[in-house]
Parts: sequence; C-alpha cells; structure tokens
Amino acid sequence: MSSDKKKNDLWAFLASVKLALFTFFTLAAASIIGTVLPQGSEFHRFVHSRGWSPATEKVLQVLGLDDMYHSWWFVGLLSLFSINLIVCTIDRLPNILRLVRLDNLGLGVDRIVKMPQRREWFTAASLAEAESAFREKLAAMGWKTARGEHGSHVILSAQKGAWTRLGVIGVHTSILLIFVGAIIGSSLGFKGNIMLPEGTSSTKVYAADGSNSMIPLGFELRCDWFELERYDNGTPKDYRSQLVVLEDGREVMRKAIEVNDPLVYKGITFYQSSFQLLDGSFSVRITDRASGKSRLFHIRPGREFKWPEASVGFGIVNQQRVYPMSLRHKIWFNDPAGDPVQFWVNDGGTVPVVRGGKTYDFTIKQMYATGLQVAYDPGVWWVYAGCTIMLLGLYVAFFMSHRRIWVVLTPADGGRVKVNFNGTANKNRVGFENLFARMAESLEEDDSIKLTRE
Amino acid sequence: MTSSTLLGITTIAYLVASGLYIGLLVFRAKKLGTLATVLTALTFLVQTAGIVLRWIESHRMGYGHPPLSNMYESLVFFSWSTVIFYFGLEFKFKNRILGAFAIPFAFLSMALASMFHPDEIRPLVPALQSNWLFAHVMTCFVGYAAFAVACGLGVMYLVKSKSQKKEGLLASLPDLRVIDDIIHKTIVFGFLWLSAGIITGAIWANSAWGTYWSWDPKETWSLITWFVYAAALHARFTRGWGGTRIAWLAIIGFISVIFTYYGVNFLLSGLHSYGSG
Ligand code: HEM
Repeated sequence: MSSDKKKNDLWAFLASVKLALFTFFTLAAASIIGTVLPQGSEFHRFVHSRGWSPATEKVLQVLGLDDMYHSWWFVGLLSLFSINLIVCTIDRLPNILRLVRLDNLGLGVDRIVKMPQRREWFTAASLAEAESAFREKLAAMGWKTARGEHGSHVILSAQKGAWTRLGVIGVHTSILLIFVGAIIGSSLGFKGNIMLPEGTSSTKVYAADGSNSMIPLGFELRCDWFELERYDNGTPKDYRSQLVVLEDGREVMRKAIEVNDPLVYKGITFYQSSFQLLDGSFSVRITDRASGKSRLFHIRPGREFKWPEASVGFGIVNQQRVYPMSLRHKIWFNDPAGDPVQFWVNDGGTVPVVRGGKTYDFTIKQMYATGLQVAYDPGVWWVYAGCTIMLLGLYVAFFMSHRRIWVVLTPADGGRVKVNFNGTANKNRVGFENLFARMAESLEEDDSIKLTRE
Repeated sequence: MTSSTLLGITTIAYLVASGLYIGLLVFRAKKLGTLATVLTALTFLVQTAGIVLRWIESHRMGYGHPPLSNMYESLVFFSWSTVIFYFGLEFKFKNRILGAFAIPFAFLSMALASMFHPDEIRPLVPALQSNWLFAHVMTCFVGYAAFAVACGLGVMYLVKSKSQKKEGLLASLPDLRVIDDIIHKTIVFGFLWLSAGIITGAIWANSAWGTYWSWDPKETWSLITWFVYAAALHARFTRGWGGTRIAWLAIIGFISVIFTYYGVNFLLSGLHSYGSG
C-alpha cells in the first residue's frame, strides 16, 4: 500500500505540469549560459582573453560549461523534460480518448440540459413530427444527428471535431519525435569537412568534432572545377564546385553544387561552404569544338603541358597580377596545324583558338580549393516529420474545437412537446456561442415547425 | 520617389499616429480615434508601397531579393506586421484604445531602423540566397509582431489593475477580463508563428550547412523565447494562471524577443551576425 502510494506520488510528479513549468524555466535560464560563454573551440580562447585563471577554467570545464548543450546536466534536463512529456501523455491519453469516443447519447438528460449553451421551446407538433423536422433542419445545417431514447425523452445528438482533442497529443508527440531524430543523428550520423583542391580527390573527411580524426566515406569524391562569381563590388555572389563521385575508380555521379544546393550520395550530403585561393596554380579547360572532346589541366606557370590525344601543347608564359589575384594570363599554344601562337586571356575567361580547320575553346582561371561541409544525418527525417506534426498539431490545438449539440424532445402537458436545444465546445467558447445563437435563431424562424418560448 | 523617402514618411506618420492614439486614451475624444485609424491605415499603405518599391529597386540593381535580408529591412517588416496585426485586433474587438499600446511599437521600430541601420540595398552573400530564409524571417516577424502587441496589452493590464479608480483615464481601458483574454489569444497566435519561424530556420540551416540545429546564440535565444511562451500557455490552461502573472509573462517574453532579435547581434556573436549590418 505505502509503496503503491509512493509510486503514485512519483508518477503524479512526473506527469505534472508543475514539473513542466519548472523545466521550461530552467531550460530557458540554463540555455542563456551557452550564449554568453563561447562554446567548443572558442571557449579556451575566450577564457584566455578574459585573463581567467587555469583553475577557473578547470572548474568551468568540470561543470561542462565549455560544451554545455552536451553536458551531462543539460542532457539530463532534456531527459527530464522528455520523461515529463511521456508520462504526462500516457497519464492523460485514456481520458482524451474517452472524450473522443464518447457516446453523446449516453449522457443523462439532466446533464445535457445544463450544457453552457441552451434554449427551451415548446411546439404543438407531435413527437414524431418534431423529431423528423429537427433531424432534417440540423442535417441541412451540416450536423448529422444520432437518435436515442431515454425514458420518455427522445434525444438527438451531433458533434463535430471530436478528433481535434488529439491535437495536443500530436504537439507533444512531435517534440519526442524531434528528440528521437536528434538522438539518431548524433549517434549514427557524423559531421565533417574537407578542403579539396581542384583536380584532387579524397576518400575521407575530417571529423568536425575538433578531434582531428578522419572519417572514411566509403567512396571517392573528386573536385574537378571551382568557380567564383562576384558582384560588381567584389563580394562573392555565388560559388560553385563541379564534384564527381567515384566508386572503385568509376564515375557514378557528377553534380555542380553551390551554397544551398548540395550533393547527396548514399545519404551523405556535401555542402558548399567556403573556398581558398591556391596561389600560383591554375585550372585550364580546353575543348575541341568539332569533336566536343574536353580536358581539364591543373598547371603552374613557366612549363609546357601536353594533351597527347589532341597533340596540343600549351603553357603560361606571362601574367598580369595584383597580388594574390591574377588578372590576365599570356598563353603559349601549339599543335601540329601550324606554328605556336601566343595570346592573352582574362582570368576566368574563354577564348577561341583557331588552328587550321579546328577551333579550341581555351579557358583559364586561378585554382581554388573548395571547402565542403559533410553531413550524414539519418535522423533528419524524424525531425522534419516532428516539425510538420507540431505545426499541424498546434493549429488543431489552438484553432479547432470539439463542438457538440443535442436536441431533447419531451412530451409535455397539453399534448405539446418540450424542446431543449443544447450545446458545448471545448475551446473558442465565444465563437461557439455565436454559432449556437445563429442556429437557434434559424430553428425558431423555420416554418415547418412552430416553436414558442412558453 | 524612392523607397527611402516613403519609409521616411512612414516613420513620421507613425509617430503622429501614436500621438493620436495616446491622445485618444487621455482625452477620450472619439474623433481622435477615427483620425488615428485613418492616418495609420494611410501610412500602412505608404509603408507597403515603400517595401514593394524597395524590392523592385533591388531588382533594378541586379540583386533581386525580398526586402527581408538585414536589420533595416527586418525592422521595417516588423513594424509593418505589428500594424497589420493591430488592425486585426481593432477590427475584432472594436476598440481603438489598444492602438495606444501597439502603434508606438511600429513607430519605434521604424525609428530604430532609420537611425541606426544603413538603408542601402546590398547584394546577398550566397548563404542567404534561399527561399527558406525569407520564409524564416517572415514567420518569425509575424510572431514577434503579435508578441509586441501582447506586451503592450500586458502593460495596459498592469496599469489598469494597479489603480482601483473607476473614473478618469483608466476607466476608458477595456475590462481587465477582456484584456486578459486578448493577451492570451495574441500569445497563442504568436506562438504558432514563432514555432513556424524556428522550424523554417532549422530547414534553412540544414539546406545551407547540413545542421538543422547548432546552438548558435540566435537559435538558442529563439528557443528561450519559445520556452517562455510555452510556459505562459501551459500555466494558463492547466494551472489557471491569468491576469497579472500572464501580463508579466507577456512582457518578459517580449524582452526575450527583443534580445533574440537585437541583443544577440550586438552583444553575442554567431552565424546570424549578417544582421548587424
Ligand atoms: C515545448 C514543449 C511543449 C509544447 C510546444 C506544448 C504545447 C501544448 C499545446 C499546444 C497544448 C494545447 C493547448 C490547448 O489545448 O489550448 C498543450 C497542452 C498541454 N500540455 Fe503541453 N506542450 C509542451 C510541453 C509539455 C510538457 C513537458 C508537459 C508535461 C506535463 C505538457 C503538458 C500539457 C498538458 C497537461 C496540457 C493540457 C492537455 C489537455 O488539455 O488535456 N506540455 N501543450
């Protein structure tokens, strides 16, 4: 008995909204700390810049304040929050389901006639006439009635939106779904990054957790080309990387990614996040217009490079530079069709090179390394499902209600029939009151059955 | 006519409108109320034109983005949303005195924008070129506008409940129970939009960086705000809190909003520092 009582106390505590209010405010207050103290790799620098002692730093670290959103006590608070939510939901679910499924005809007449919205009329029509008139009239207004008898009373009842009582459950479950997604993501997924110079490939990326460990991708990723587009004032407008996925050396996928438009392969997503100029290296693309054949080169100035299949040789012989940018390049170009030629081309530009019957398009630009963020997060769909359910649930919980109406017909003295029209809604009572008043009015005005107040 | 001119006019006109609404509160002359509403409505049209024109101007400059990309533009949008939200309330509750507690926010926000933030139209850095960003900013600011009004109403509630006088200035304020009810409904409305705002923000972050949540200060503060309002809602419908306590929570919640929106950019650093321009 006493252990039962204790268990019930604990259960009641875990199901209580008091606990929820406590966790809401505690989470809110605790979250502030991490926005004031820089977290992760910034923490140490911050402590230094403030001139705090190593002992202070140690204490803060023991409290987990250098990475507080992942500290044992913050995760503990989130767990308490989840348990609270789960217990509260389990605790209240039976009652909510009971209300959703409730047979409104089963309610006693004395309860029905005391509902918040009520009208009382009398009619000279017979019980059967009154019944069919009300059924039709209410059906015309969109309320499909069920019929029951209770002693000498005939009861008609109808309801709308019983299911909307589940909105709250939707909202609360959605939060748990989001947590499940976050847990899946952090235990099965990873975050990484890599700087990939044009023309190079990698089968691993750096873990983004600061541990400097490498994460194998299970395939090879190559960057062929990186392009930077600037606004007139020089700020970057767009940057784009031509990425290629290789399995066992074979190309299986190719995509030009840009910020907000990543490449996804085997659930691993590669995001364009940054770039780095590789001073002194250049990317060249030569296309033979007639055959459509094209090749990429990654070169340095002052050396000859060859494209054997096309018997083409070329090199950079001079440059016009504003350090660290190269503005123009002077190119030496040769093939069997004639003597070598030299020409200038702007950085990032393309010039046609006409050689005998052939035309080559020659493109040259400075070489970059593309900075990619890499994420594998199998939990993200749980999170998105949770978010969708939350928004729908909030809408239902806030703006929709369960509305119920009844008509009770009772034989009264003088062969008349007493009519009780009643209704209730679990939310937006004012709105329902207006709706109910309009319905009552149109029932009173209806000619098929004469209703009087007395 | 440039968008700057239109928005400049808007700022001054909202100042005058605020004066009229406060005048209505003090002198209870019906005519002032009508005047205030008409002026606010006209100003709202000018402001709308200003926002649309600014969008067009950005296209002419070759950048082409909705005017929701920096501090200046979001303050203007906040002001605009506050007015539209207030009109909804004025229409629904047929009470103009509420304006004295709402339109000053619209004015202050415009004043802040024009005094402290450059209004030049700038190109977007790549990370901001996303429709999710605009969905994010819009949903957040509709929510913030509702919270601003809730805060104004909270102040109204506290002022009225402090004084027992049946006569004078405060008697013209709506009944305490009516104010309490509007505060609650306003918070509910704001909470739905704030939730949508946080969610669209998470989707945007995920599409740009591959992380829907990174505990950056702005994100965290929006969550703190969300917790405060969630607490207010639960306290009300399960523990029956009302009146003074909810009025205070409406004010505290809005302070948290201001900090999320403004304080974070200047006092803390993070991904969202784009807005500090
Ligand atoms: C941030 C997380 C939460 C959100 C967004 C949330 C949202 C909601 C919403 C929208 C409602 C319905 C309001 C209405 O009927 O008008 C509600 C009701 C409720 N919530 Fe939460 N909730 C959260 C967390 C919690 C937690 C942790 C508890 C733990 C006890 C809880 C307990 C309740 C209870 C008891 C109700 C009333 C349900 C009823 O009317 O039967 N909520 N919540």
